[in-house]
Amino acid sequence: MTTEQVATISKLRHKDLLGIADLTPDEILLILDTAEAMREIGDRPIKKVPALRGKTVVNLFFEASTRTRTSFEIAEKRLSADTLNIAAQSSSLVKGETLVDTALNLEAMAPDMIVLRHAYSGACHLLSRICRAGIINAGDGMHEHPTQALLDAFTIREHKKRIAGLKVAIVGDLLHSRVLRSNVQLLTKLGAEVWVSGPPTLMPPGIERQGVRGTTSVDEAVEGADVVMLLRVQLERMQGAFFPSLREYFSVFGMTRDRLRRAKPDVIIMHPGPMNRGVEIDSEVADGPYSVILEQVANGVAVRMAVLYLLAGGAEHEAAA
Amino acid sequence: MKRLLKGGRVVDPANGRDGAFDILIDGERIARVGKDLPVEGAHVVEVPAGFVLTPGLFDMHVHLREPGQEHKETVATGVASAVAGGFTAVACMPNTTPINDNAGVTEYILQKAAQANLARVYPIGAVSRGSNGDQLADIAELRAAGCVGISDDGRPVKTSLLMRRALEYAGMFNMPVLEHCEDPSLKGEGVAHEGYHASALGLRGIPAVAESIMAQRDIALAEMTGASVHICHMSAATSLRAVREGKRYGARVTCEVAPHHFTLTDESLATPVSYDTNMKMNPPLRAASDRDEMLKGIADGSVDVIATDHAPHHYDEKKMEFDLAPFGIVGLETCVAICFDRLVHPGVIRLARLVELLSANPARILNVPAGTLSEGAVADISVLAPDLPVTVDPSRFRSKARNTPFGGWQLKGGVAATLVGGRTVYVNESAGGAERFE
Repeated sequence: MTTEQVATISKLRHKDLLGIADLTPDEILLILDTAEAMREIGDRPIKKVPALRGKTVVNLFFEASTRTRTSFEIAEKRLSADTLNIAAQSSSLVKGETLVDTALNLEAMAPDMIVLRHAYSGACHLLSRICRAGIINAGDGMHEHPTQALLDAFTIREHKKRIAGLKVAIVGDLLHSRVLRSNVQLLTKLGAEVWVSGPPTLMPPGIERQGVRGTTSVDEAVEGADVVMLLRVQLERMQGAFFPSLREYFSVFGMTRDRLRRAKPDVIIMHPGPMNRGVEIDSEVADGPYSVILEQVANGVAVRMAVLYLLAGGAEHEAAA
Repeated sequence: MKRLLKGGRVVDPANGRDGAFDILIDGERIARVGKDLPVEGAHVVEVPAGFVLTPGLFDMHVHLREPGQEHKETVATGVASAVAGGFTAVACMPNTTPINDNAGVTEYILQKAAQANLARVYPIGAVSRGSNGDQLADIAELRAAGCVGISDDGRPVKTSLLMRRALEYAGMFNMPVLEHCEDPSLKGEGVAHEGYHASALGLRGIPAVAESIMAQRDIALAEMTGASVHICHMSAATSLRAVREGKRYGARVTCEVAPHHFTLTDESLATPVSYDTNMKMNPPLRAASDRDEMLKGIADGSVDVIATDHAPHHYDEKKMEFDLAPFGIVGLETCVAICFDRLVHPGVIRLARLVELLSANPARILNVPAGTLSEGAVADISVLAPDLPVTVDPSRFRSKARNTPFGGWQLKGGVAATLVGGRTVYVNESAGGAERFE
């Protein structure tokens, strides 16, 4: 553990986790610190604690997701919550029910928390207004994916022992990325120097107002970086004329071993997945010694356990149980 | 029956009047306007101090939703909303179901308006059949049935060629083409003004230039054809620049701005972050620099009209994900209060200029006999209460819809009563003395 940045609070006074935007630096650190403790549970032969026993958590996923949904489900089970999964294709959404009605029907069965993944920005805000259950944002449109940013920060902190002062370069489809928006919020709140890079067509308007440096030169972004994070480039973006071809994208923005030489010698390579090998990242880099991509996935469980635990009331709740 | 409105301040820019005058109403018309008119034979209404009599306000851009979308609004609820907002007349856009692209729909709307018998209704016909942008609608027939202008509102006129033809053809009747300026390819799937706030919220952007590029096209075609184009619900500074320039070189171009576009900015999306679908309209709330430019245009005369783009929606439709909710907000019952509070009281414009923007100018653009308190004119009169404290309470709207971003706003200035054809059609009980107009 670092001596530099640790939480000075012990409780999360929120009903929901809608985005990193709502968290103070102290609250972010509390989640990261709690995740440290949670990770140990995953190393035990019996990977289960009773923290959320008797709590019902609904994983409501309106978008396909393997990694995030599985990660949440494992986290919930390790905390002994009763979990159930609702995927869009099996829900009444296909029968034309609105999100609000779906949520109100779930709410009538009194779940304690709803983990929501949705294709539209702000869907979690909509649910949080109408539900007593705590809402955890598992990705809403192009807006936020807070647990991803938390697990990224957890992974960075593990390797670098700090976040403040690090140079973090984020490269890829910035415009459509909720991972970018959550990471920018989190990393700037904890004092990192954040650079973002990608084609000008995929640069979010006014991104500098979020306290980051934008450049179309990947080399400039990567120069001296402690962390390089690649974002997925969706294959259908060519249709929107954002760039001419995947081949050209790779040649201008793809992360290769050559480009990476500009970074610090102990740089770490991150990717929230799913990766397009040979588009935003060369396989040599993805599978290379600096890659922490699978560690990110492993840490996701601990971070989500921490979020679930803290939103459910943390130690306070356990005492009452 | 004769009624004498005695001693009120009359603001009638069409006749250069601003001062204490009496107005004698005989039946449906204004018989005389003057100082100290004789009272005999007339029912005398002592106009309470602080009230202002203006020519009937005319909202030239509303959506009444009938036929076809009666769950949102009907002609009857729409005109009830209009008179409660101080409007004696409205012009309704053709994007009903079916589209008002033929005399049958126009006549249906006018019949519903006659039954409701509140505000006057002037339908706007479609430019093209089904507003599809392929073939002109039967414009002469629409005009004969009562349409006063044409528009494919909700969409821009699809091609430059069709816009040229529409201007040329409608120009024969001296009818303006009212244009919803938007380049569909630049708008894409946008739902909010392209800029920092939309970006931070993960909402797809609609750049300001999506509007102004189409305004530039239309103004160029208006100049070429010599016909009149009216730019609807203008929101972007670059569009206003194009309008100013067009006016300077003699193109027949006019434009309107909606109250939300000179009041709110895209920052409303983020303060607080709520994805409030009552902040979703098209064109979207723009940057502060755009909003400020709208205010400048209103003050310097380059903006011709304030119109609300009253767009009622059912609450089920607005209680959706931001991306899925329909664009639009209601405006009829908040317009006057916002105009007083944001334009007249802060000194952006004088009251006489507001009356031009809300009455005389829209009447002139659509060639409608309104906008004046001349002797012999129909007695459509708005009784305004400039100092009335108003708290916007959507639950009390006469409109069927409640979709406003102004709920709870406290404003100074409101409506006391509304007279259409000499008949009192609305009295605001919370404006002391307004009951005298009963």
